[in-house]
Amino acid sequence: MAPENPDPLVRLEGVRFAYGENEILKGVDLTVRRGQVIAIMGGSGCGKTTLLRLIGGQIMVDAGRVELAGRNLAEISRAELYDMRRRMGMLFQFGALFTDMSVFDNVAFPLREHTDLSPELVRDLVLMKLNAVGLRGAERLMPAELSGGMARRVALARAVALDPMLIMYDEPFAGLDPISLGVIGQLIRRLNDALGATSIMVTHDVHESLEIVDYIYFVSEGRIVAQGTPDQIRESQDPFVHQFVCAEADGPVPFHYPAGSLDEHFFGKELRT
Amino acid sequence: MTELLRNIGSMAINGVWRLGLAARFFALLLRYSGQAFLRFHLTIREIYYGGFLSLLIIAVSGLFVGMVLGLQGYETLQRFGSGDALGVLVALSLVRELGPVVAGLLFASRAGSAITAEIGLMKATEQLKAMDMMAVNPIARVVAPRFWAGVLSMPLLAAIFSAMGVLGGWLIGVVMIGVDEGAFWSQMQSAVDFRYDIMNGVIKSVVFGVAVSLIAVFEGYDCSPTAEGVSRAITRTVVGSALAILALDFVLTSFMFRGQS
Repeated sequence: MAPENPDPLVRLEGVRFAYGENEILKGVDLTVRRGQVIAIMGGSGCGKTTLLRLIGGQIMVDAGRVELAGRNLAEISRAELYDMRRRMGMLFQFGALFTDMSVFDNVAFPLREHTDLSPELVRDLVLMKLNAVGLRGAERLMPAELSGGMARRVALARAVALDPMLIMYDEPFAGLDPISLGVIGQLIRRLNDALGATSIMVTHDVHESLEIVDYIYFVSEGRIVAQGTPDQIRESQDPFVHQFVCAEADGPVPFHYPAGSLDEHFFGKELRT
Repeated sequence: MTELLRNIGSMAINGVWRLGLAARFFALLLRYSGQAFLRFHLTIREIYYGGFLSLLIIAVSGLFVGMVLGLQGYETLQRFGSGDALGVLVALSLVRELGPVVAGLLFASRAGSAITAEIGLMKATEQLKAMDMMAVNPIARVVAPRFWAGVLSMPLLAAIFSAMGVLGGWLIGVVMIGVDEGAFWSQMQSAVDFRYDIMNGVIKSVVFGVAVSLIAVFEGYDCSPTAEGVSRAITRTVVGSALAILALDFVLTSFMFRGQS
């Protein structure tokens, strides 16, 4: 595990955000120190991905502040934001590879867009990144020819092409078989430590995450409801954490979507409408 | 009744809203076009996909439209004993109207729909977002090259359509019906004015190119990122482009051709 560095790379303070009337985040505080791999966990639709989008500057907070490397994202220009994004990598849920480009060109894309490196150097860098994710031999394939796990690994190689300071993962484990899942998990940890980067991943895969992260935040209904190191989480008596870690169907997170009483719904007048 | 009025009102507000969005999008597109021109190979690639690959359908359609014009035109003209003027009729109808309009309609349904589908699917699969997160502006990298490729291709396609149409008219009129070849070409040459007829036709095709390309890229960029959203956006591109072409054609014609020549 990376040594703890007291200097935070990402800091969220009292972050509130709503899509129209629908309030997604209701005051979130969160700190990510340099060198850490942290996980943000919670059920589907609890606002995890919204947090990532806020940190990436794709959307802006309604209240509170998001700080990245000491800069408040609400106060910087678009050019400065783009400057910061060159030092960020993001892995999207399904990879988001450019379907009209080969694996090689996908990984070369950020290098070609942002640097003036010679084609030979781009080639060497791309092959090194692909080698790191174990897909050097797949450079000529098109995204349509890849399996889900391979596409995710290519996207990971693309995300780290410019050696970012911050890597964000949106559901990196969703829809993967157990082997690919383990591979991606190990890659996230290894790449983070090898690049000296900081990683934030949004996921609901508890067991895989507990193995590789330094710190975990649990989000529910727009708030951080629990946090801690993997050991603290495993031993936590918090009912929400317990329900999540043990995958119980009912608990603080109810099984039922809010509804009227059964009597009223089945035999009441609503039936006639 | 109130419901009906309310629906009409909401549709009108929605329409004006989208028009405003499209105008802002167009302004952004123009702002980032400089970056796209610096890397002109991206536009050339799109000219290949949108323009060059439309050549066959444009050429074949032009030929058929010209052949129909030859048949119908001769049928009418010979009643007044002026079958020799067939060349004039074919050429004027093509360069002034049918070339830009029909080529525009074909371009919208072949290339415009493809552009909308491509950009819409890139949006649905988060490719545009990924690009934005890599600090690459999708409007400069994806939208602007496709837009300018359409604007540049359209006049060339319309010109090829007209040329093939004239050839079709000649095939029917001269080769099959037996109109005098000298009269066919010489009357065409003296009656078709370069500035008044041909340039006005070119202006029309440029305007249609801007309209179709803008509608295509805007609908793709603005679509909701689902399968249904993309399919609706493609429909809106084809229908919207057709209406825009026909309406703009009326406006342009009423300014350009007022009976003096």
